[in-house]
Amino acid sequence: MAGKSGRVISAERTHDWKKQLMKWETFLFLIFIVVNIMNIFISPYYMSVNGLFTATSSFLEKAFIVLPMTYVLLIGEIDISVGATVALSACMLGITYNAGLPMGAAIIVCLLVGTLCGLLNGILLTKFTELAPMILTLGTQILYRGIAEILLTDKGTGGFTKVIWFQNLYWGKIGVIPVMFIVFIICALAFGIVMHKSTLGRWMYAIGGNDLAAKYSGIRVQRIRCIVYTLTGTFSAVTAFFLASRMGSVRSNIAEGYEMEAISMVVLGGVMTDGGKGNFPGVIIAVFVIGFLRYGLGLVNVPSQVMMVIIGVLLILAVLLPNLAKKIRGVRV
Amino acid sequence: MSKKWNFKKFTSSRESSLIFVLIILCALIQMRNHEFLTLKMFENLFKNYAVIMILAVGMMCVLLIGGIDISIGSTLGLSGMCASLFMRDHQEAPILVVFLISMAVGVIVGFILGCIVSYGEVPPIIATLGGMYALRGLTYLAADGQWVASYQFTKAYKDFAQARYLGFGVVNNLVVIMAIVYVIFYIFLKWTRTGRKIYAVGSNAEAASVSGIKISSVKLLCYVIMGFLCGLCGAVYTSLYASAQGDMGTGMEMDVIASCVVGGVSLNGGRGSVTGVFLGALIMAVVGKALPLIGVSQYWQTAIKGFIIVVTIVLNIITQRVMEHKNMKERGA
Repeated sequence: MAGKSGRVISAERTHDWKKQLMKWETFLFLIFIVVNIMNIFISPYYMSVNGLFTATSSFLEKAFIVLPMTYVLLIGEIDISVGATVALSACMLGITYNAGLPMGAAIIVCLLVGTLCGLLNGILLTKFTELAPMILTLGTQILYRGIAEILLTDKGTGGFTKVIWFQNLYWGKIGVIPVMFIVFIICALAFGIVMHKSTLGRWMYAIGGNDLAAKYSGIRVQRIRCIVYTLTGTFSAVTAFFLASRMGSVRSNIAEGYEMEAISMVVLGGVMTDGGKGNFPGVIIAVFVIGFLRYGLGLVNVPSQVMMVIIGVLLILAVLLPNLAKKIRGVRV
Repeated sequence: MSKKWNFKKFTSSRESSLIFVLIILCALIQMRNHEFLTLKMFENLFKNYAVIMILAVGMMCVLLIGGIDISIGSTLGLSGMCASLFMRDHQEAPILVVFLISMAVGVIVGFILGCIVSYGEVPPIIATLGGMYALRGLTYLAADGQWVASYQFTKAYKDFAQARYLGFGVVNNLVVIMAIVYVIFYIFLKWTRTGRKIYAVGSNAEAASVSGIKISSVKLLCYVIMGFLCGLCGAVYTSLYASAQGDMGTGMEMDVIASCVVGGVSLNGGRGSVTGVFLGALIMAVVGKALPLIGVSQYWQTAIKGFIIVVTIVLNIITQRVMEHKNMKERGA
């Protein structure tokens, strides 16, 4: 797994069976299977092609944020402005469409706005490197949400249902497979390959592991940070138009709390907030674990409050248990 | 020695600039609306923002040790809800008991989260993110999805937030509580051994550990303090709004963190003062209160708040850089 430079930057992979079994992804996959078995018992219609894709569609539009968020956490940072970025770019989509622009152009505007939001975060954070990402994105979160409120006040904007192909972005299917699912798989593959097989990916691991060391070994840390934040903005906009396609209209208060959901999926997937750890398949499994869990419990009318408790506890345990295990092992040695 | 001197100089100039901003703000608002600079208005302002101002002190303690707590809104909700439920079923309970229950719940929550962060070595943002979900869920579950409405509150409890008996008939009770909290924490952080330990751990954990400070217990203490204040605010909040809802306090963590940031608390730990936090929270409160007074549309308020936060933190960095540059020059000369 050497990078282009020929050096092994991250920890080497071992193909030790025991280690493979003890890996977090294995554990996550077991949870995934348990969740699915539970869902099968809950609903007889669950285990069918249609049932599974319906379940997938219920959460997949949010998962587009998870992809770049993995990178953000991998380099040891955080971006909590994504929910507001989704809202702002969705509002711009609605406004430009209703101002008479064709839907294709409106989507481009939407993507541009999202990218700009991310770029602003990136530029501010790289120009002022002392800034904590948490604080800055907290500020821009309020700012972006505020701009959306100025634009739309308390009204909604919609009429997206008139454009059939736009509606089909979320609802449409190719054969039995939803369009969104295909798009997601393509994006996820691209993100996964970049993270694990490309130089950029190695660089991100290096920055997350030790940004100073990365800088001294010639990696353009600030440029990569800027790219990662911009990418986050762009993919927030992707979520925005899928969400708009799903709902048919948007308001300024949509997508509240998406940032926390995305972060919890990434963390549950094994990418720690201190950076430099974790891998991509884990995150994708985590997305499906949380998504299916929520869908399944929703089928049997388990209140969403119980869901919140379960997700919260899972999130803490995901990090706590390995730490405790390490400690206990350390004591024994 | 010179480091300490710099630090002192920095904070003192920071606070004076905050006061300067505050005066300008007040003057501008007073010019637009002559009702603003009155005692009654300020009592009202302090009463309505007491919760955020009290929480800001606790958040400062957590930020000082380089941690963060985004579960405070949920902790406030849970403790306030538990206290209100108790009161609903025990109408004869005195106010003090209700407050004590709320605080006890807060302390327990703070203790658990503190243990997870300090002994479990879970990154604070993840632990409290999990806590945010879990506690919010528990709040709904505890109340069985219901409210405690105004008529189920005892009259004495509802009156508590409006009466002035703690302030000897001059000042509102909540303002008195807030003032007490600020005085206690001013003394605690400035002149007690434990208070200085918090600063020591925040500015250089390794050095603190070498000099014999138990880092994990200091961390635990900060989270317990935060929990305690959340509990206190849970009771204050329910008393002020005379109802307890499952979603109360949602999103409050962001306002509180923003107040701290404007007040000059560093997210990297070790920097910040009670006076700064007070002024920061006051500026945020004045802005929040005054915008509608001078006829700014409510839809612009969020954006203006976000803009202020972003500008403040960027300006903060710039002044810090200028100052460091100056110091370097002085040392060189």
